[in-house]
Amino acid sequence: MAEAQSKVQPELQPQVRINVQPDVLTNVLTVHDLHKSYETQKVLRGMSFSVARGECFGLLGPNGAGKTTTLRLCLGLIAAESGHIDLLGLPVPAQARRARLKVGVVPQMDNLDPDFTVAENLLIYGRYFGLADDAVRARIPALLEFAGLAGRADARIQTLSGGMKRRLTLARSLVNDPDLIFMDEPTTGLDPQARHLIWERLKTLVGQGKTILLNTHFMDEAERLCARLAILDHGRIIAIGSPRELIAQHIEPEVVETFGDGAVAWADVARTLAPRVEVTGETVFCYTDDARRVLASLEGRPELRYLHRAANLEDVFLKLTGRELRD
Amino acid sequence: MSTPNHYALPRVSLRFVPVWRRNFLVWRKLAIPSILGNLADPMIYMLGLGYGLGSLLPQIGGVSYIAFLAAGTVCFSTTNSATFESLYSAFSRMHVQRTWDAIMNAPVDLDDVVLAELVWAASKSFLSGLAILVVVWALGLSTSPLSLLVILIIPLIGLCFAAIGLAITAMAAGYDFFMYYFTLVITPMAMLCGVFFPMEQLPVGFQAVAWMLPLSHATALVRPLLLGDLPGHVFVHVLVLVAYAAAGFYAAVVLFRRRLLK
Repeated sequence: MAEAQSKVQPELQPQVRINVQPDVLTNVLTVHDLHKSYETQKVLRGMSFSVARGECFGLLGPNGAGKTTTLRLCLGLIAAESGHIDLLGLPVPAQARRARLKVGVVPQMDNLDPDFTVAENLLIYGRYFGLADDAVRARIPALLEFAGLAGRADARIQTLSGGMKRRLTLARSLVNDPDLIFMDEPTTGLDPQARHLIWERLKTLVGQGKTILLNTHFMDEAERLCARLAILDHGRIIAIGSPRELIAQHIEPEVVETFGDGAVAWADVARTLAPRVEVTGETVFCYTDDARRVLASLEGRPELRYLHRAANLEDVFLKLTGRELRD
Repeated sequence: MSTPNHYALPRVSLRFVPVWRRNFLVWRKLAIPSILGNLADPMIYMLGLGYGLGSLLPQIGGVSYIAFLAAGTVCFSTTNSATFESLYSAFSRMHVQRTWDAIMNAPVDLDDVVLAELVWAASKSFLSGLAILVVVWALGLSTSPLSLLVILIIPLIGLCFAAIGLAITAMAAGYDFFMYYFTLVITPMAMLCGVFFPMEQLPVGFQAVAWMLPLSHATALVRPLLLGDLPGHVFVHVLVLVAYAAAGFYAAVVLFRRRLLK
């Protein structure tokens, strides 16, 4: 018990870490040339990426891009038609079960055990990893503290808010002290306060040296948390790099969004002032290296409202994956 | 990387134990109402039909109707309990609560989860069958030491119907599907397999069908033991129950793999 305590506590507290260059770190996850189909539909066509120890790597993509399929493949729950996966040094799916001993998962859909209290959820989940009850009980206070659920150990799951349930799911994913945590859209459906709290916790985990693979379609989430990210579309990675690199590589640095009566008619003028102009519904997006001429044109048109801002990851995403709806 | 063969034999291990313990812990929280619920229904049938209807009936094979009905009630109570748990409760955990998904993200494979559900449903039905057996003893409906051997038969009946039930659950789109299984399979089986009246009362064709069903072999074992006789063809009856359990479990594992691992 004392040994478990001493093993557990420091890892949940912030600690100073030596900065190591990413290229000398070993990869904890390598995915090479995965192909996966469902009946006639090709879901993945040649997916490759690797995640280095201690980084937060994001997989961004519209609905149906293959994010969840990739996650299920990496966990060894399903098998691809071809390709290789190496998870924590073990081949997947052949040795997936062994690899999962040091993996945590925060699934997209809430699957906490509704028949148990908060603490029981952690205790029972620990048993699935073969952990002794005493060892898990010793970890529970620190895990609940980390999840902002101290004092809630005996609460029933039904009494928790959506944000609390997500945080408990996050705590549950840490019960086995994982090296790598898979997170499938961890903040979907949460209010801003709850979302920011989850983000803080994820940053803390990365600070402690945990590796995170984050599936998301929230650009601000990816921009904030991910050291590197890959943009997926139609089962393939179409861009990979740090958020800044992706913005610099794929998009003009300034954006002017214009809307209001006559905005669409004004788009023809805009096309002579900015190298790239897109019209979506009633809004005109001007992408440019220098927005001064666009802004000057808008000066004399009070009926048009506009927003001048720096390009962000969402602009890159929409440029690369298109604006049409994905259902 | 090759696609895993969903038809491969189940690969099970002791990792099923924590999953079984999970179900046990949930049950323990509600144990008293659960036991009472499991006991009340079959008891009402056994006492109501046994003493009520039984008072109008002559003896059956030299014993009172209620003594005849006791064996049927032990078997059918076990069958019902195993079936209910492997249908409704397992479906809730798999589909509604997504408990299986959470478990399979840990180092526990689907085959172990299905084994845990099998053993759990059999465990729960063992308690149901045993509870009726205790009442049968308490009422003096069975006084032979041979009736102790029924304790060994009840788990076999439980495993058999839990396995078949899980295979049904693996195909279910929703709870409604289970109604068909109860009305089209379980209830007719109760009528055909010597639960309420001797199978010899049936037309010969029906008897032939009945001998293909597992519940007939359960009552063929339990009834003589309760009445103090050694059953005939013990090996055949046990073999049929084991075969149904094994085939049901294999079918369940294959169907669950096809449903969940894609």
